[in-house]
Amino acid sequence: MEIKLKLNGKAILASVEADTVLLDFLRDHGCLSIKRGCDTSNCGLCTVLMDGKPILSCSTLAVRADGHEIYTLEGLQAEAEDFVGFIADQGADQCGFCNPGYVMNTIALLRENPDPTDEEILAFLAGNLCRCSGYDGQLRGIRNYLNSRKA
Amino acid sequence: MITIQKYVRAQSLEEAWQLNQNKRNRILGGMLWMRLGKSSINTAIDLCDLGLNTIEETEEAFSIGAMVTLRDLETHNGLNSYTNGAVAHAVQDIVGVQFRNLATVGGSIWGRFGFSDVLTVFLAMDTYVELYKGGIIPLEQFNNMKKDNDILVRIIVKKAPCKVVYTAMRAQRTDFPVLACAVSCLNGEYRASVGARPARAQIYRDENKLAAGAVTEENASAFAAFVAENAPTEGNVRGSAAYRTHLIRVLVKRCMLELGGI
Ligand SMILES: Cc1cc2nc3c(=O)[nH]c(=O)nc-3n(C[C@H](O)[C@H](O)[C@H](O)COP(=O)(O)OP(=O)(O)OC[C@H]3O[C@@H](n4cnc5c(N)ncnc54)[C@H](O)[C@@H]3O)c2cc1C
Ligand code: FES
Ligand code: FES
Repeated sequence: MEIKLKLNGKAILASVEADTVLLDFLRDHGCLSIKRGCDTSNCGLCTVLMDGKPILSCSTLAVRADGHEIYTLEGLQAEAEDFVGFIADQGADQCGFCNPGYVMNTIALLRENPDPTDEEILAFLAGNLCRCSGYDGQLRGIRNYLNSRKA
Repeated sequence: MITIQKYVRAQSLEEAWQLNQNKRNRILGGMLWMRLGKSSINTAIDLCDLGLNTIEETEEAFSIGAMVTLRDLETHNGLNSYTNGAVAHAVQDIVGVQFRNLATVGGSIWGRFGFSDVLTVFLAMDTYVELYKGGIIPLEQFNNMKKDNDILVRIIVKKAPCKVVYTAMRAQRTDFPVLACAVSCLNGEYRASVGARPARAQIYRDENKLAAGAVTEENASAFAAFVAENAPTEGNVRGSAAYRTHLIRVLVKRCMLELGGI
């Protein structure tokens, strides 16, 4: 099937099978930041933004992106750079596999709620699982970033 | 793993219904539950072009389209002001924001899942289901019907005088609930909707008027004990039957006290 979408700001016309999931489609289009973790809509590693909303690309058909706008981390480097250094400073990541999904969902959080409380951060990021850390480092990193904006 | 031969964006409910009469075709909600199973689907029927992704509020009711997402429920001001946040509370621990941006009301109610927070909270209110062929029927009736090939078009929550409180017990945030519980005072009658027993939610009405009048510690305990005695529970990996029965007693009472402002 033919689909037309905007990927990281660029118009794309592509042919996909009815059951191709967005994750595979996007990786085939060079967006290797997206990871397949659980493949059962539990871990958030495959998070992308569709029309500005964070969704799970492992569980979305590519045909459903027809007519929509998708952003992956490849297209949001500048926005991510603002805060990822603060997370790195905390040594929050170990293997780093969860990081792109985490960063994408943090972007969605900060767009929706630029000054979240710790509880709001934990609630918004609850669907991003990390097998290495205890989430504290990520929380401290985001908190330090938010504090630095206020300073 | 599922395979899909063909994908169709239905242009009318009639087209979607006709396609859905073939057993190898399936309506797509958010596809999250469906993906966990094994099936070979001939035609996947998408309702996304049918304008069913909105919540309409009138003086009398909320009309919630089948393609409305759980995140839409969570963030809808009118619905959460009517339910004092109970709807948001019911869905907010379902996996994550990204998941709730995909999971639909249609798929959640159609599925009649035992663990469903969504079904549990709506059963506590004056809720109806609109089926394309089956018309508008109470959610309670729909909940006890066998699955067929109709289409769930929307759910309707009538703005009856209603106070509702939701709570669930989870072993950890984002896991399935061990027990889901919504207690309401609807048109002056107390009712408890208890799900994840682990069987699907059912309504237990205060038919003996144990909680008539203002809520007190005593009548809250009496109604909770009544529900615990009448709601069958079973054990599974998340908890034993005895633990669930104990939870019913505790959670129904807590909800009652919150309803009564105690
Ligand atoms: C990993 C995971 C964890 C979950 N945890 C919870 C939880 O803690 N609490 C909770 O309440 N729920 C939970 N759920 C269930 C979830 O919230 C949804 O209820 C579920 O995914 C179904 O919604 P969907 O939109 O994905 O439907 P789908 O998976 O797309 O559809 C489900 C079924 O309904 C049919 N269908 C869909 N829409 C219609 C319609 N309009 N008319 C007729 N038939 C239709 C489909 O054909 C399919 O058979 C979980 C699900 C998953 C996958
Ligand atoms: S890979 Fe998509 S949620 Fe885990
Ligand atoms: S750092 Fe390894 S999964 Fe998060």
